[in-house]
Amino acid sequence: MAQKDTDLQKIKEIIEIMERNGLVEVEIKHGDDKIFLKRHVPQQPIPAAAAFARPESVVSPADVVTPESSFAKTASVPSKQEDLEEIKSPIVGTFYAKPSPDSEPYVEVGSHVEPQTLVCIIEAMKVMNEIKAETRGTIAEILVTNGQAVEYGQVLFRIKPD
Amino acid sequence: MFSGILIANRGEIALRIIRACHELGIKAVAVYSEADKGAPYLQLADEAVCIGPASCAESYLNIPHIISTAEITDAEAIHPGYGFLAENINFAQICEDCGLTFIGPPVEAMRLLGDKVEARKLAQKARVPVVPGSEGAIENGSEALKLANKIGYPVMIKAAAGGGGRGMRVAHNDISFSSALSAARAEAEVAFGDDSVYLEKYIVEPRHVEVQVMADQAGNVLHFYERDCSIQRRHQKMIEESPCPVLKERTREELCKAAIRLIKEANYVNAATVEFLLDKDKKFYFIEANTRIQVEHPVTEMVTGYDLIKWQIEVAAGRKFDFSQRDIKHTGVAIECRINAEDPAKDFAPCPGTITRYIPPGGPGVRVDTHVHQGWEVSKSYDSMIAKVIVHQKSRAEAIATMKRALREFVIEPIKTTIPACLDIMSHNLYVKNKIDTGFVERNF
Repeated sequence: MAQKDTDLQKIKEIIEIMERNGLVEVEIKHGDDKIFLKRHVPQQPIPAAAAFARPESVVSPADVVTPESSFAKTASVPSKQEDLEEIKSPIVGTFYAKPSPDSEPYVEVGSHVEPQTLVCIIEAMKVMNEIKAETRGTIAEILVTNGQAVEYGQVLFRIKPD
Repeated sequence: MFSGILIANRGEIALRIIRACHELGIKAVAVYSEADKGAPYLQLADEAVCIGPASCAESYLNIPHIISTAEITDAEAIHPGYGFLAENINFAQICEDCGLTFIGPPVEAMRLLGDKVEARKLAQKARVPVVPGSEGAIENGSEALKLANKIGYPVMIKAAAGGGGRGMRVAHNDISFSSALSAARAEAEVAFGDDSVYLEKYIVEPRHVEVQVMADQAGNVLHFYERDCSIQRRHQKMIEESPCPVLKERTREELCKAAIRLIKEANYVNAATVEFLLDKDKKFYFIEANTRIQVEHPVTEMVTGYDLIKWQIEVAAGRKFDFSQRDIKHTGVAIECRINAEDPAKDFAPCPGTITRYIPPGGPGVRVDTHVHQGWEVSKSYDSMIAKVIVHQKSRAEAIATMKRALREFVIEPIKTTIPACLDIMSHNLYVKNKIDTGFVERNF
């Protein structure tokens, strides 16, 4: 009985992880035990901007959305870390880490930037907007991925100042 | 039908449109400024995207950010609500150029009806009575003075690009005319960046009566009867009702048909409101057309049973009306009170702040359209309207009684609101007896 409760708890945790990350299928094998979980998939295609949509709303409207799992949370940025500066998106658009699909990214974690260093491109209304670091330091964290939709004020990079 | 609609607005109307989208099975994309971040109504949207800081110019009026949001969220259409970009021709044109459906009129129809001088010409062409006045913008002072005498005082000077009472002045004689003219021009230049003004006869003690119209893409134009919006303060509507309680059936029919003629003349599609002044002899004169959904649309929804926002979306998606004029029945009486965060003791100055106690009214015949709740902070950055209370009953007396008890139930604390002012009006002898005109509030409060 106690074993069963633990398993149920584990499955619940896995479902939560799936929901958080928008995963549809998960298969876990451990010895002879096997768990296969599959969540309902909508008919409509997942929009490109699913990045900041509530995973719940994209996956299934029937899913009960708990108040704390609102989009507001996903849209907001993780808490600011001490002694790191942030580069935020000044516009709404699509984030590109590199000038063309087969080029090297403008910057990577560990890259040193000057205020004039180009860190990424954000495409809005077919216009490529070059985003500069506007600070001096080392890239500590990149919070978005190539091709991701970003909103106004979204944190793109964290920089450790010199 | 659209798979996704971007709502280029905030507050109660954004929520109203989110609700309509969901009832139609459409994905609703909300946009918000940093000042509205975390607002609960945004959680009801399927996606919400921050488009800028609190300042309207950088967020809710930021066309590139809004279009870009539509692109990254795969929205196929944009609903502008009212205010902000709802009557912005440039925005409607950009939507079209970007392959997005603007849920509103075609650009040309918006241009024609949005410009008061053009709209007046169009009305005359459609045999819709207009207020006697200048045919077009006035060129110079001496010509204007001559015309003012020809029309007969009192005369009203209005901004060609105006609205909401800005750029408006009344002159009662030659002496006050020239100062009123320069004041109106200056105000128009500041408010709209265009100092063109025109003249018209000032109708004494008129009622403001408007007709709700909707047109589909096949050219069918239907009316949804009238609303009486005579309870205004400084040209801002406070209370609206339907039907207009002084209209005889025959005049009502003529009024509604006139509105349809004008809308047809403009080759209009989607929702519009045609505004008239009704004088003491129950003669009506066209004043302007609004090329958007209006704040007071729920009044019409209650008495006709049609969901105007849903039909705006349907019409924009190309659906033809599956009903005719005969099917639209007007039932009972509806009244709407706008609840603004304003302090009547301080000349209705906006009263921003956090609502710590909020209890909405309920019960039979009561509808509340609002985005606020306990804990909501009324921002100083935006319009002070925080809620609309709409009641629907069989008769005007019953509607007034329901509105009074609803307003008494409504608790919004500690900020000051127009609830007590609306209650005072509901209880006023002249309002109850229906002896009101657009000057009622200024004269009696």
